[in-house]
Amino acid sequence: MRVRSELLADAWLVASKDLRIERSSRVVASQVLPFGLIVLILFGFGISPDRRVVEADRTVLEQVAPGLFWLTVFLASLLALGRSFAIESADGSLEALRLTGLDPGGVFLGKSLAVAAELLVLEALLGAGALLLYGAPLGHPFLLMVVVVAATASIAAAGTLYSALASGSRVRDTLVPVLVLPALAPALLGATLATEAALFGPPSDGWPWAGLLGAFAVLYFGAGMLSFGLMLEET
Amino acid sequence: MYWNYVLIGYVVVFGGLGLYAVSLLRRGRNLAEQVEPDRRRFLD
Amino acid sequence: MSPPTSTGPAATPTGSKLTRVLGSLSLAFLAIFLLFGLMLSPPEVSQREAVRLFYIHVPSAVIALYLAFGLTAVGSVVYLRKRSTFWDLLAWSAAEIGVLFCAFTLVTGMLWGRPTWGVFWKWDPRLTSTAISFVLFIGYLAVRQLDLTPEARSSRAAVLGIIGFLNTIVVRFSVSWWQSLHQGTTLNPVDTQMDGLHLLSFFLGFATLALVFSWLLVHRFRVAWLAHQAGEAGLDRALAERRAEATGRTV
Repeated sequence: MRVRSELLADAWLVASKDLRIERSSRVVASQVLPFGLIVLILFGFGISPDRRVVEADRTVLEQVAPGLFWLTVFLASLLALGRSFAIESADGSLEALRLTGLDPGGVFLGKSLAVAAELLVLEALLGAGALLLYGAPLGHPFLLMVVVVAATASIAAAGTLYSALASGSRVRDTLVPVLVLPALAPALLGATLATEAALFGPPSDGWPWAGLLGAFAVLYFGAGMLSFGLMLEET
Repeated sequence: MYWNYVLIGYVVVFGGLGLYAVSLLRRGRNLAEQVEPDRRRFLD
Repeated sequence: MSPPTSTGPAATPTGSKLTRVLGSLSLAFLAIFLLFGLMLSPPEVSQREAVRLFYIHVPSAVIALYLAFGLTAVGSVVYLRKRSTFWDLLAWSAAEIGVLFCAFTLVTGMLWGRPTWGVFWKWDPRLTSTAISFVLFIGYLAVRQLDLTPEARSSRAAVLGIIGFLNTIVVRFSVSWWQSLHQGTTLNPVDTQMDGLHLLSFFLGFATLALVFSWLLVHRFRVAWLAHQAGEAGLDRALAERRAEATGRTV
């Protein structure tokens, strides 16, 4: 039991450090959030807001709102992940983290939780933006909340794992998207379809996909906690 | 019209395999020259 | 074209008895397969002549996604447990050839789709999930080239080799599920009824590509092994020079 509480304490230490850095630097708030907003707006240009889906009596934009919203979040999350690891490699802090003797699993957990917390705020604001801009209804808020949490956990865990995999390299910024986006493809599919069900119903179509998202998140949290030590080892 | 697609497919696959095989043999020969004979394990 | 089997006049060929046997078998099977696949096999009822693409499409997909990437995953597990260079390099070799076979799967799939479905791309679960795994394992090959120490490169690639394979299975599952909801059944190569010469040609295609795969795997492994040895020899030489400098002697 002592081991587990140490792991959680280490995770908390790392997560609160990252969130404190964000609170003072506000890089995610002032750069990643506006990026997400402009992507939402530009999708409207690409799809043309007046086109309608005849059989569903909805605009095309409304119909594809769930997919566009999640795609925006996925793209923005790449920037948030880049920031999360930029603060470590700036002055060899990843090396420092290793030398402090913190549990590597705890460090992984902490970094992904900090990213997840930032993403949740981002999603709340971008979600409000998507509802306003695309005019989608809010059908089943409870399912939507579960989907948002499970999808965020998936993005944060997989994203942190792959960022760690590429950390310390000069090509990290270009390599991370190539690894993260195909790996997260099932999560994007699940999040989009579950959100579709949450907006337009019936919610029973969405729950299995929410389950897939949950399983995906568990897989990546497990893999990340097990392998993070290996990736801190030698660079 | 079917045959065009079929032939393109066969040329791409078997041509691609052939090119890759030749490049592997070339790389192998160049590297083998740089390696001392007693370090060339797995060559037989 | 096919893998050459003769060792040629070069000073240091990398062929061996094993590869010569595999190579000759590959060539023989290739000849028989081309005979059956392109000539003796009649067109099929629903796919017509495109069935000939099916003979190489499906084996490429199975070899890439399950045999090659599966070997990468197994090699990665053994590498992480035993730190064995052999398994590390085998995982790398299998991944590279797997990516090549993935590319063949995509090309033949699209060429099959154009005459059969009328379009190059339908969001067929097999094609779609192959495309995603293709990109993921290109990422694996990029990790193998990272500007880090060789040990870091190998262990990070091993982590990706294991997770990438598991992820491939999840992708395949989720995309099939998605398509089963969205579309009715489209003509899918695997669902069609095949018999006699079709089945024989299909198995010949499978055997040919599997043999070529093993021949390539052995040779790719040798390239990786020699590169590893050359790297270590270079390191030894550099160390010796450094030592000689320090003690003021020349090598």
